[in-house]
Amino acid sequence: MSELPPSTGSIRRRLTLQLMSGAAILATMLFFVVLNVARDLAESSQDNILFASATSILESAAVQGDEVVVDIPYGALSMLGNVSDDRVFYRVMAGPMLLTGYDNLPEIVRGRAEPSGFLTASYGGEDIRMVEVSRRLSLNGQAVDVAVAVAQTRNGQAETVAQMTRVALFSGAGFFLVAAVMAVLTAQSSIRPLNRLAGSVSRRGPKDMRPVAGPVPSEMVPLVTSLNRFMARLKTSLSRSEDFIAEAAHRVRTPLATVRTQAEVVLRRVDRDENRQSLREMIRAIDESSRAAGQLLDHAMVTFRTDHLEREHINLADLAEELVARLTPVAELKELQLVTKLDAGCEIYGDAILIQNAVRNILDNAIKYSQTDREILLEVLKGGERSILRVTDQAGGFPDALTTKLTERFARGVNSEGTVGSGLGLTIAKEVVEAHGGQLLLQNTDRGDGACVTLSFP
Amino acid sequence: MRHLIFSIVTICVGFAAQAFEIEGEYRFGSDDARQEIRIISTADVEILIPLMRLFLDANPKVAIEYTSVSSGDLMTAIVDEGAQFDLALSSAMDLQIKLANDGFSAEHSSDATKLVPDWGNWRNHVFAFSQEEASIVVSPEAFEGLDIPRDRQALINVLRSHPERFEGRVATYDLALSGTGYLFATQDARTTETYWRLMEVMGSLDARLFGSSNAMIEAVSRGEMAVAYNVLGSYARARKDLDGMIEVIDPADVTSMMLRTAILLKGAEETELAQGFIDHLLLSAWGAEDVPEYPFYKWHLDTSEAAAATKPIRLGPGLLVFLDAQKRKRFLREWSAAIRQE
Amino acid sequence: MRFLLVEDNEGLATAVLDRLRMDGHVVDHAPDVSMAEEFSATADYDLILLDIMLPDGDGRDFLKSHRARKDETPVIVLTARSEVSDRVGVLDLGADDYITKPFDFSELEARCRAVLRRRGGSSSNAHRFGDLVFDALAGTLDVDGVTVALRNRELRLLEIFISTPNQIFSKAKLVDRLFSYDEDVSENAIEVYVGRLRKHLAGSNVEISTVRGLGYRMSKS
Repeated sequence: MSELPPSTGSIRRRLTLQLMSGAAILATMLFFVVLNVARDLAESSQDNILFASATSILESAAVQGDEVVVDIPYGALSMLGNVSDDRVFYRVMAGPMLLTGYDNLPEIVRGRAEPSGFLTASYGGEDIRMVEVSRRLSLNGQAVDVAVAVAQTRNGQAETVAQMTRVALFSGAGFFLVAAVMAVLTAQSSIRPLNRLAGSVSRRGPKDMRPVAGPVPSEMVPLVTSLNRFMARLKTSLSRSEDFIAEAAHRVRTPLATVRTQAEVVLRRVDRDENRQSLREMIRAIDESSRAAGQLLDHAMVTFRTDHLEREHINLADLAEELVARLTPVAELKELQLVTKLDAGCEIYGDAILIQNAVRNILDNAIKYSQTDREILLEVLKGGERSILRVTDQAGGFPDALTTKLTERFARGVNSEGTVGSGLGLTIAKEVVEAHGGQLLLQNTDRGDGACVTLSFP
Repeated sequence: MRHLIFSIVTICVGFAAQAFEIEGEYRFGSDDARQEIRIISTADVEILIPLMRLFLDANPKVAIEYTSVSSGDLMTAIVDEGAQFDLALSSAMDLQIKLANDGFSAEHSSDATKLVPDWGNWRNHVFAFSQEEASIVVSPEAFEGLDIPRDRQALINVLRSHPERFEGRVATYDLALSGTGYLFATQDARTTETYWRLMEVMGSLDARLFGSSNAMIEAVSRGEMAVAYNVLGSYARARKDLDGMIEVIDPADVTSMMLRTAILLKGAEETELAQGFIDHLLLSAWGAEDVPEYPFYKWHLDTSEAAAATKPIRLGPGLLVFLDAQKRKRFLREWSAAIRQE
Repeated sequence: MRFLLVEDNEGLATAVLDRLRMDGHVVDHAPDVSMAEEFSATADYDLILLDIMLPDGDGRDFLKSHRARKDETPVIVLTARSEVSDRVGVLDLGADDYITKPFDFSELEARCRAVLRRRGGSSSNAHRFGDLVFDALAGTLDVDGVTVALRNRELRLLEIFISTPNQIFSKAKLVDRLFSYDEDVSENAIEVYVGRLRKHLAGSNVEISTVRGLGYRMSKS
């Protein structure tokens, strides 16, 4: 039907994506913050225990006689084992001399005033964290700096950090998941009024031009206001065009009716053959132009309506019956027989007014072309899945090779010389049928004595 | 394997080329074995033979070369000599910890290592495979007419009140010679204040110092010694032949539980086999099923109870403290002063 | 018959009045809805011809109130609008039929006949002439107690003759009245229908005589 406008993508998807990427950024930040805090915490707690260990060793250092001795407390090293299963190294120096411990531990460069220092280094192929504290003792009247270094590998810390990384990762992922679900829900709920509006507008019938009255979020008020204004304009313009067609018909037909009536009156009064002949010509011309005008207006109306069919369930037999009742008086004037063969179960879903108009145009043609005392057959039947309505007359049939051309607008059959506008009638019928997804078929009867017009609907 | 040949080769003691002293070298398994596990161990080979046989039954293409050394020599062999071994089994927990701490061990983790309680596994490097109690072994005959002491205080009291009976008949480890003795002594010193008093009493009775538990057990069984302090209860209890001649007492105040440990050495040539052997040891020691070949008593210690008298010595860096040269020197000096009454 | 014509276009109304009176009908004319309601309230009509577009209202409004009054007078709507748009409205509102302007009076007559026939007709539709009883609605002719059904053109021809007995109708004028203007028929075609009618009248005291050179005349014998 109508073409889709170019789409710039879904608001909901965009909203969801934006909210989710926001959540992803926050989750990532959360992850790194937690990780950093954890790392700092792990490092500082290792530093603290190393410091405590070194301090307790340093406190055991004393001068005995003429040497510096240390008596490492059992707790100094075992406390390190309480926290983690890391390898432990220590070194006690008195000035430049090694008192005890691992003499190849790295040096910590410290300022003179600093009593302690920390270092992360590599030792024996493993990362270690090391602390060194020092104290000045007096040996034989000389100052000697006793420095205690305690180092530990960082497996425990690494494990703590790994554990915290997992926690951070899970909390980040959990945060993201919750945020993502909420993003989807939020996007859905914020798009819901739009969907509701779209739904309510698209569910409307073609003639429903009422303004949208339901409450909408304030952001959508301008849109709905414009929509309502547009619908009001459309309504005005639609009723204007309907009025215009009606008015045009009225303007054309009323004077024609006057002239025709007067012509008939006069015809009854005059006796001279020439006068009568010209009056008859006049009436005939009026009939032709009025029928043409009528069909033009019908056609305009049909075109207008096929854009938005007002569909309902139609029983084709009932429709045919009504048409026959309507046209019988006209047929009788020519002593024509309107015969029906109706399958009462034939139903289609379509625009009743248009279909009636189409069939009436075909029957009109048949009546116009038929000679006195002939028969016109109107059938309603089922053909497989399709519903078929067929008009067969005995009016001589279509000339060969003209059957398709006949349905073109304004095309006329050769035998319609003197008969008014049959071409447009068929055009109307064809457009109506095709608007319903059906087909119009023009054939001559087997005996060749008449035309057979078949309308088949899905 | 029925036709498996157990060849026990004893090589003469005191290998001149080496600075560490080998007490015995043994080879188990078929001659045409393709792979060999080399074990250096402080344990008497007899204790472990059934377990090793079990292992070889399951791995017929494998042989075990077993080198028996003292705990000090084990350290020398690995640290100073860089001798090639796959596994080190030792009762000297502190030395094993030092080996691991100083980077001579390799990590190992398997289903079997997960069986080991937390206190019996240090960093997946040092694995306990036995729990052996530091006991008092007495000769019932020597205590005739006296109450056999059940804790240290009681021992002190009975020794003090009958110096004539015990003069020259009290025995303990020579800490300078025995790593196990030193370990027990330092743990005692740490956990009970009666230790030093006991040493002084024993010193006043002219205590005799021994290099091994077996020597003390036999001396007691012969009646030569009346009481031996800090003897491996597991050895004493294993001597069914000495029934009635000795009595083994786990001190009721505090009994230290020594853990015999295994470490996989760095640079092991048969790492996988060695790991398999460690798992074999650990499964026998900690597995739910009892293995008849397992030579040690399976204690089920409740370490959660803080006041429990029987406690495993904790594996960890604390053990390094008493290995510190200065610390050791000072401790031995104090101990000598007490035991020798100098 | 008595008609009420509701039509605001003066010219058309005059022409229609002329034309209907010509056939001997009595016709009142109302140019707007209010007049129409006045007329229909004061007189009985056989049929109302109703235009849709009226100056003071819509013909459909008249139709609605007309039906609301339970007035049974049949209504034929004269529509100038499109078939498509008006059809539903007028029939649904109770019009009996509708005819599109400009209309053929033969068709209008036919529709009137059909509407009245559907409504059950009335006895006043029976014309007597001589010993003939002719019911234009039923399309029957009683001759001497025998009822004959007439075909459409026979009926219309008889109606023409009976409406003005003894008048001579030329063949040309009869053609005008029996055939539509787009049919090209020779005047001789009339002879067929006159012949058929004469057959029906055989045995009665009414006859159709040929006036040579002038046409036909019906008279009592």
